Amino acid sequence: MACKFIVFSIGLALALGIVHETGHAGEWGKYQVEDRRSGYTYRTKETRAMQDDDFQNPGMALVDEGEALWSMVDGKAGKSCASCHQDASVTMRGVGAVYPKFDIGLGKLKNIEQQINTCRTGQMQATPWKWEKGQLLAMTVYVRHQSRGMPMNVKVDGSAAPFFEKGKAFYNERRGQLDMSCGSCHEAYPGTRIRADMLSQGQGHSFPTYRLKWQKVGSLHRRFRGCNKQVRSKPYKYGSDEYVNLELYAGWRARGLPIETPALRN
Amino acid sequence: MTHKFVLVTAFLVALVAHGFSIANAVESSKIVQYVVVDEDSLPSLNVPAILQSLTGKKGDPANGRKVVINRKKGNCLACHVMPISEQPYHGEVGPELNGVASRYQEGELRLLLVNAKFINEDTIMPAFYRNSGFNRVHKKFKGKTILSAQQVEDVVAYLMTLK
Ligand code: HEC
Ligand code: HEC
Ligand code: HEC
Repeated sequence: MACKFIVFSIGLALALGIVHETGHAGEWGKYQVEDRRSGYTYRTKETRAMQDDDFQNPGMALVDEGEALWSMVDGKAGKSCASCHQDASVTMRGVGAVYPKFDIGLGKLKNIEQQINTCRTGQMQATPWKWEKGQLLAMTVYVRHQSRGMPMNVKVDGSAAPFFEKGKAFYNERRGQLDMSCGSCHEAYPGTRIRADMLSQGQGHSFPTYRLKWQKVGSLHRRFRGCNKQVRSKPYKYGSDEYVNLELYAGWRARGLPIETPALRN
Repeated sequence: MTHKFVLVTAFLVALVAHGFSIANAVESSKIVQYVVVDEDSLPSLNVPAILQSLTGKKGDPANGRKVVINRKKGNCLACHVMPISEQPYHGEVGPELNGVASRYQEGELRLLLVNAKFINEDTIMPAFYRNSGFNRVHKKFKGKTILSAQQVEDVVAYLMTLK
């Protein structure tokens, strides 16, 4: 007992020592890991307060919608998600932290939206839900919400490595008439005002996110499309291989940061 | 630092030697040809410059001010603080442009607008008078420059008022 306590104390001292050394002690709390800061930390106090309060965060409505869909029987197999996965708070906990993930059958990455539709078509014999429509958004929010607070922890080595490299190359490639890469804004200028908006590090851990500008919840791929269009580049399709690879890279950029779904942004 | 500078100079000399058609190889018919002069051939310059007006005409500073504000044209306020107080929220990605006319000569500002990458190839600042060599441009903007030659001249004339 005493022995255990001493080990614990040393561990604690070490942990505190490390925090002290890196000099980030507590400024942004869990929203900062090393030099990685969540998009949350770049938003105004008011926006952050709205995200912090589940009763004020309009994105929470989709958690409720997702929960209702979870036990709704649909498709020729006569099943609901709950028929196989039972209690989502147990079976889906941690899932959001590791997607997108390599899928052996597909030979490429698969994100949560695609996994949900794989279960709908394969397991339930139901029609796939449409991208960016209410049901798929609500279920994606619901599944990722089960991992809220858990650190992002996508796998980027092994079979995932070549897809990670593609995502990284995409992030660093200039495109569009404005000739900018994702990194031109999100690596070179985080914390800097671009017109009225303050640039973040462009990470993927908070999605689907409620955006005040959209007046609704949107997927990470919607955000990618917006960031492509604003440099006057042709966006890719929702669920395209390019965006799923990019999603892995954007998730890795947030490694260790807590999942915020449904986050709130301006 | 000096090293990088020398490299840039060498690159520009090469382009000038080739009549500068390389950068505008595609769609060159639609874009006015221009000559870049560097500091070696004109020691009064601090950075490379385009000495001649792209249109042969003087720019209109009042229209230049409008172009600078317009989000679909210059959109300079996205990145620069400028003495345009009626517009809220000026960005801070680039330096303040107040006083820019005392830091740069007219021809230098023209080159900065045409394609700032001749001075710093890593810059985030878009090339406002370039219509080719881009990656995956949206079809609405394919083969087009962000600003017309006259709009570039108008913005240059406006910047020259920021002493
Ligand atoms: C008939 C059983 C069945 C039904 C119904 C079903 N699933 Fe699945 N689900 C599975 C199986 C089996 C797997 C693991 C194998 C795979 O990847 O397909 C899985 C995997 C998943 C995963 C990935 C879990 C992980 O750890 O990577 C998610 C997320 C998921 N399902 C969501 C859903 C949702 C949402 C629904 C309802 C729309 C649903 N499933 C309906 C059987 C089912
Ligand atoms: C012209 C600058 C610019 C470029 C280039 C750009 N973005 Fe963004 N991006 C923004 C702005 C502004 C926002 C909103 C504020 C913020 O979070 O940075 C944003 C937000 C985001 C967010 C949401 C972050 C959060 O926590 O809510 C992600 C993710 C993102 N961008 C990814 C990308 C990717 C991937 C690319 C390349 C395809 C890209 N961006 C290119 C300006 C840019
Ligand atoms: C996406 C951001 C961005 C936009 C939009 C932008 N600039 Fe810039 N600009 C910069 C940056 C960053 C620099 C700093 C130099 C560098 O990056 O090489 C700069 C430098 C300059 C300079 C040199 C200033 C100095 O003091 O050295 C001038 C002049 C200038 N910009 C004018 C403009 C004008 C005029 C517009 C609109 C037509 C414009 N810029 C649009 C980012 C931008």
